[in-house]
Amino acid sequence: MIFNTLTIIFTVIGLIFITLGTVGLLRFPDVHSRLHALTKADNLGLGFIVLGLALQSESVTSVIKLIFIWLIVLLAATTAAYLVAREGLRDLRQGQAQKGAS
Amino acid sequence: MELFYLVAATLLLINVMVGFIRIVRGPTAADRMLSAQLFGTSGVAILLLLAQGMQVDAFRDVALVLAILAVVAVVAFVRRVWRPLAAE
Repeated sequence: MIFNTLTIIFTVIGLIFITLGTVGLLRFPDVHSRLHALTKADNLGLGFIVLGLALQSESVTSVIKLIFIWLIVLLAATTAAYLVAREGLRDLRQGQAQKGAS
Repeated sequence: MELFYLVAATLLLINVMVGFIRIVRGPTAADRMLSAQLFGTSGVAILLLLAQGMQVDAFRDVALVLAILAVVAVVAFVRRVWRPLAAE
């Protein structure tokens, strides 16, 4: 009974964080700010959901697999964020150079 | 309890659909790739919630594969499509 309540609380907190990440994606003015909102808030929300689900699993193997999934998503989001930020910076610099030349 | 998981997965799906607005509006290609990243992470969350809600343990493996494929998609897009486009 206590596990069910804790799972519901953690999952709702995770949902709130992911929704906040999407709100940041829609409302922030710049590519790099949106990257911040998406990477940090989304992965934290996923971590809370994984925590809530880990409380419900029956074996240690399931818990380890869930945490492993979360770590892999963390690594994937980090790599994607770095690549997108680097190319976005290059786009920004080219845009400024064109604006400065014209 | 299963109903809670299904409702949470539906809310996450609505979240992703709202994130599609950034794909339509985003001025640069980076914004559109960010929405793909949102779709990947939210897809993993939806699959994990459905795995618990429908008591199908195989969905966890699907979530693992989706997480890995999401980074492959972003890397492929950046290296193969975006950088040659920006270089010309």
